[in-house]
Amino acid sequence: VTAAAKPGLVGQSVTRKEDGPLLRGQGKFAADINFPNQLYMRVVRSNYAHGNIVSVDLAPALAIPGVVAAWSFADVSEIPPIDFRLTRLEQLAAYRQTILAKDKVRYVGDPVAVVFAEDPYLAEDAAEHVEVEIEELPVILQADGEVGEFRDGLPTETALIEKGYGDVDGAFAKAHAVVSLSLSIGRHSGVPLETRGAIGRYIAETDMLEMYGAAKVPHWNRDQLAKMFGRTAANTNLFEGHVGGGFGIRGEMYPEDVLVCLAALRLGRPVKWIEDRREHLIAANHSRQQTHHIRAAIDRDGNILAIDNEFFHDQGGYMRTHAATVPDLAAAMLPGPYRIPAYRVLGHIRLTNKTPGGTYRAPGRYESTFVRERLLDAVAAKVGISGVEVRRRNLIATSEMPVTRALETLGTDIVLDSGDYPKLLDKALNGIGWDDLQTQITSRRKAGELVGSGVAMFVEKSGLGPFDDVRINVGTDGLVEVVTGAASVGQGVETVIAQICAEKLGASYDNVSVIHGQTNRIARGLGAFASRVSVMTGEATRQAALKLRDKALAAAAELMQLTADQLDIVDGEIVRLDGGTGPSMTLGEIAKALEPGGNLVGDSEPGLFAEASFESKHMTYPYGVHVAVVSLARDTGGISVERYLVAYDIGKAINPMLVDGQIVGGVAQGIGGALYEEFTYDDRGEPLAVTFADYLMPTAREVPDVEVIISEDAPSPLNPMGLKGAGEGGTNAVGAAIAAAIDDALGQPGAITQLPVSPQRVKALLNAKV
Amino acid sequence: VESRRTLADAIREDCGQTGTHIGCEHGVCGACTVLVNGEPVRSCLMFAQQADGKQIRTVEGLADGDEMHPMQRAFMENHGLQCGFCTPGFLMLAVGVLEREPDISDHDLVDVLSSNLCRCTGYQNIIKAVRAAAVEMRQS
Repeated sequence: VTAAAKPGLVGQSVTRKEDGPLLRGQGKFAADINFPNQLYMRVVRSNYAHGNIVSVDLAPALAIPGVVAAWSFADVSEIPPIDFRLTRLEQLAAYRQTILAKDKVRYVGDPVAVVFAEDPYLAEDAAEHVEVEIEELPVILQADGEVGEFRDGLPTETALIEKGYGDVDGAFAKAHAVVSLSLSIGRHSGVPLETRGAIGRYIAETDMLEMYGAAKVPHWNRDQLAKMFGRTAANTNLFEGHVGGGFGIRGEMYPEDVLVCLAALRLGRPVKWIEDRREHLIAANHSRQQTHHIRAAIDRDGNILAIDNEFFHDQGGYMRTHAATVPDLAAAMLPGPYRIPAYRVLGHIRLTNKTPGGTYRAPGRYESTFVRERLLDAVAAKVGISGVEVRRRNLIATSEMPVTRALETLGTDIVLDSGDYPKLLDKALNGIGWDDLQTQITSRRKAGELVGSGVAMFVEKSGLGPFDDVRINVGTDGLVEVVTGAASVGQGVETVIAQICAEKLGASYDNVSVIHGQTNRIARGLGAFASRVSVMTGEATRQAALKLRDKALAAAAELMQLTADQLDIVDGEIVRLDGGTGPSMTLGEIAKALEPGGNLVGDSEPGLFAEASFESKHMTYPYGVHVAVVSLARDTGGISVERYLVAYDIGKAINPMLVDGQIVGGVAQGIGGALYEEFTYDDRGEPLAVTFADYLMPTAREVPDVEVIISEDAPSPLNPMGLKGAGEGGTNAVGAAIAAAIDDALGQPGAITQLPVSPQRVKALLNAKV
Repeated sequence: VESRRTLADAIREDCGQTGTHIGCEHGVCGACTVLVNGEPVRSCLMFAQQADGKQIRTVEGLADGDEMHPMQRAFMENHGLQCGFCTPGFLMLAVGVLEREPDISDHDLVDVLSSNLCRCTGYQNIIKAVRAAAVEMRQS
């Protein structure tokens, strides 16, 4: 047996470590966590989209037996507003959300008061007895309308995002033609199946504040909570259990997280809060809503000379933890996979009287990919070439890689690290059988059907640093524990990290367990966002596992009186490379020899463990192609996605089955945003999508059997395994590809300018054509 | 139990069986699906008192000790779950339907599965898993 000949676990579709407990109903989601003597919190929310708070009378609620406490802003005024986690701009600080509304409410759902009671039914009853008087104010519901006032002369235009490079005006001056479009993306969001939940607990004897139900970024939230309460990180801990879907929105710090912790501190009892679905749809982060006005300067062959874009980002009532992240990403990632010699973008971040926004899977990119790819289709129509051809002409060539974009986002310069974009386009077209497909479409149209296809391309980003730490420990029982600062939102973190650890160390996959989301187990950690875990935590795990392997082999060599290079570790056992027989040893036995007082410890620190930190200043950039085939019902305007293909190059897939799952699940969410899901409001700012009967998520009937091509042509040069993240590529271009396919089915290039596309819209376009 | 207490709350809070999940409390998502006298039911839409005298099966009752139910195994082998929140509801829905109608057509099966929501998987692996388990359940 040699190291090279070992069957690699990395790259194999092993079944998941996570599945057993989840399938047996043994998961520990937020609502499943209980502590003796706990209280239940219920939030009283504004029923008005905009108004002055005249009075909040808590007395009627407090008079109900079993109600322990009730608070309005006056009771929590010393707690600072929730701070920004990413993309901080100082001028945004004035627009942060306090944990209860101060003197104004700014969206339906804005927390105005909280009650705490012995029973959740009682807490809900009591909340209805809190009397809130609000003087209604005019609402702002359009981000691209007139700028209003947030308070004290602060405009509702909170900031401008300006980026660009090259001589844009010069390019437009000499252009053969200019193509202009106005495009909108609807308001929708991640909407995980598990609503939010948080349980605060204060342990007086050790002065320890704990919060359960954490997700995504437990360490950051721990530090913030400690800061807000004047505590230290050392006596504040957050614990992540099972998380019923993340998608960007879950796990960010919200007012309710702070309130349960504050209540636990003040009331001396555990406090549990579980959000209901209506609350979730009006209180958890929304996303996506933008309107873009984009222009391209082109030459006679359809080569893009410059792009000039102005857009309006509808942020809702407050600036939340993501600050400028979503519009910043939209602006920075808009050029995509194309050679854009000059680029200028101006983004307006506007507050409106709607639920505040944050990130949602492929934040900013779902939006700007829709905009850019609509533009490419319009350029094709203008010069009379196909959608495929216009993309081929403008794609960055492999010989140009790496490409520095002269743009920055998330504190990093955009450097497209590797890629063969034209090759992936070919793979996608071959995968769907493009030429045959066009023949079929032509003949079906002759038979009277409305059917069409669309192609969209994109560049994703992943592996955001700046660091990740991992500690691996082997117990005397031979069990391997990997402690990470990552978080799991259901994507299979334990599985992929265990695969890397087991392969690099030589342990058995079944004997590796992975810790995530526990702030008392590791000093720092960045959690799970921006498709970062496989890349950052994965590479830190690889490094720690290799260090641990060296340490184990050195100890084994001493014990076996051989040299380390004569030995290997296979399935947790030390084996001789020369095949020689003799007494063998296990990792557990080596751990025993390295115990305090063990015969091998000597002067070094006891224990069979290793630590590693991986630092990275740049993100990695996976890239993909989406192909959609849709048919339209002539009588109803109904839209059916008949086929969908995603080709995605992620450098190296640790577990192809999980990558496939990420892509297909991502496509389903993308289809939701393209065709069904929208948070709509009436003209007073009353939300109209407050149940799953109004907010329509795709079911098994609406999602086709997605064809997936996982490509590994362009490993990232930024980490030795060549990894790029896989979490967001399934979602990124769905709006763009489906819009193109609907255009094609309608025979009306450029008809789709707005997402989601409703049957009513399609029907109107069909009627207009006649 | 209190007359307004839902069956879902009674199962979770009074019986301590937290494998049954509550996703919407208005009967759309199906995460709380349990079998009441063998029939899939949204336990958030039923009062505990209405279940008086009836047999309730939840996800905790699927496995036979360490031995998983063929449906559970098929979900694992086909990667039919990611976050796992909707999974108990899908398992109970699929088991309930296949026990009553073992030869259900593929088309009807997808129709049945479209009555529950999943936000992670995009459904294709759930459909594959249920089809695989259906074959095994018919053979046993």
